[in-house]
Amino acid sequence: MTQETPSSEARRPDRAALAIAAGIAVVAAIIAYSTATAVGGSATRIGPAVFPYTIAGGLFILAIWTAFEAMRGDFPKREEQQIQPVVWIVGGLIAQMVLLHITGFAIATGLLFAATARGFGKGPLWMTIPVGIVLSFVIWVIFAKGLQLSLPAGPLERLI
Amino acid sequence: MDSFTLLAHGFAVAFQPFNLLYALIGVTLGTAVGVLPGIGPALTVALLLPVTYKLDPAGSLIMFAGIYYGGMYGGSTTSILLNTPGESASIVTALEGNKMARAGRGGPALATAAIGSFVAGLIATMALALIAPTIVKFALSFGEAEYFALMMLAFMTVSAAFGDSTLRGLTALFIGLALGLIGADGLSGQVRLGFGIPDLTDGVEITTLAVALFAIGETLSVAASKSTGEGKIEPVKGSVWMNREDWSRSWKPWLRGTFIGFPIGAMPAGGAEIGTFLSYSVEKQLSKKPEEFGHGAIEGVAGPEAANNASAAGTLVPLLTLGLPTSATAAIMLAGFQQFGLQPGPLLFATNPQLVWGLIASLLVANFMLLVLNLPLVGLWVRLLSIPRHWLYAGILVFATLGTIGANPSTFELGMLLLFGLLGYFLRLFGYPIAPVVVGLILGPMAEIHFRRALQISQGDFTVFVGSPISVILLLLAVCAVVVPLILRARGKGKVLAALAANED
Repeated sequence: MTQETPSSEARRPDRAALAIAAGIAVVAAIIAYSTATAVGGSATRIGPAVFPYTIAGGLFILAIWTAFEAMRGDFPKREEQQIQPVVWIVGGLIAQMVLLHITGFAIATGLLFAATARGFGKGPLWMTIPVGIVLSFVIWVIFAKGLQLSLPAGPLERLI
Repeated sequence: MDSFTLLAHGFAVAFQPFNLLYALIGVTLGTAVGVLPGIGPALTVALLLPVTYKLDPAGSLIMFAGIYYGGMYGGSTTSILLNTPGESASIVTALEGNKMARAGRGGPALATAAIGSFVAGLIATMALALIAPTIVKFALSFGEAEYFALMMLAFMTVSAAFGDSTLRGLTALFIGLALGLIGADGLSGQVRLGFGIPDLTDGVEITTLAVALFAIGETLSVAASKSTGEGKIEPVKGSVWMNREDWSRSWKPWLRGTFIGFPIGAMPAGGAEIGTFLSYSVEKQLSKKPEEFGHGAIEGVAGPEAANNASAAGTLVPLLTLGLPTSATAAIMLAGFQQFGLQPGPLLFATNPQLVWGLIASLLVANFMLLVLNLPLVGLWVRLLSIPRHWLYAGILVFATLGTIGANPSTFELGMLLLFGLLGYFLRLFGYPIAPVVVGLILGPMAEIHFRRALQISQGDFTVFVGSPISVILLLLAVCAVVVPLILRARGKGKVLAALAANED
């Protein structure tokens, strides 16, 4: 929906903000299209389609407004962003999501823990991954055994 | 029955050993989390929602209220000692409080904040108990059209009235409203925006959205920022007790702060921040030593901290009596009620008085606990500030995903968490407020149901929405909430509104 563009000079078209405007317009179009093609619905005039159309209309107006402010460069100045930490943390979340039902809660969440710490510049991974797995294992015992939360079990969790 | 009889019954509930325990857990967690920079009460409540599925409703609601109050207390400690406010309502406290700490007066600053919070919490909670029955009586006469108008007002004040941009506030609200459309429609059952994915039938989970926006979005935004943000922790030197002069300079600001904060929290205007800024400027005007402001004036800590806690209690007025959340924390607490099949509002006072009054009484109990937790034990909380950032945020993400997995251990839900986390990051990056997204998601479907029911009852006649003076006034106020700030900003008075920004909690 958005892209990483370094903040442009003031009063020049802000390309990232223009991308946001386009993104909002696309969301508005999706809502309108999905509502128009929905089957069924009640026969009354004020059925389940009224609010989606209203919200799509509102988003469309906001998209135009955003584009207008983007052209005038009205968006606040953005701090320069580091990409690498974001990649580490998002990578950790993806790893946890993919591995959760394969390796169980402790290993998957341990990797997330280590990847997040790495995103904040703390390594090395051979140290943080075991720390994360031990911590997540303790959490699993407390919450799955103690509070009856259904946290997926893997080879580690089946040991106890 | 009058408020006091009802409140006495409430205390009977609050003093049950288990409820006392829940209150204690709540205030302890709330204080701890309030102290940690970067996580506010909204996130804490969202994180703990899934954990309490199996607890009893009264107990877990008491715990949430304790977290809310505790977060307000804890935030002041961070502001005073670290100059990085733990939550947005403590920004003003940092102005004078941190200066006091640098001058070696950190102890009295912490004390006036804690005692001020206590005084304000006590008075404001009593005010809540006194005014709730009246509003409930009034609200019983509300029809569908009045509720719809009330929600329009809440939408506009939360998104457009404060903050630095009407456009970005409204956009954030509409993102929330659009997300609220997903899933089965409340009246006809028709699935909207499901895209053929069965997991979307139940709609977007409020906890997933809140945890993602607050925890993951915040973590990404802190990690991506170039500035390290490591502030210097001021050690607490000397006694935490206040001397005679401190007391005489504090008690009036406490009371004034309370009377400024409570009505602002109680009106559907959102955010505890507004009251703190107002209180600060009032104290600056009235102070006998205005030259001390900016160099550590104790009034500048006492007043805003009292206002902060008083508006936290004030926010509970529309939440409990009308079912109307006016801040992100209140929206998540509403989700907490709904998780147990309870709908806050006038009917809850009639159908479940033990729960409501038990909750209000527990707030008073929690307030006493917090005074004890925060004054003698403040040294313990200060240590939390020295947790290194990498462990802190790694831990936050572990708990954020734990809550989501605990509620629904599906890969899809974690995917949603990641997606909304990225959304939260981009919203922060481009200066969009977060609270309207959460409020839009939870209030949007409710507003739609009231709108359509009103039209069903009136048989399609749209004049029903201007059929009573109450709804006309509410709708006019909603229009003003959008138009007046636009005019002010166009005239270059936008700075005042930006300073009153209701953002995080």
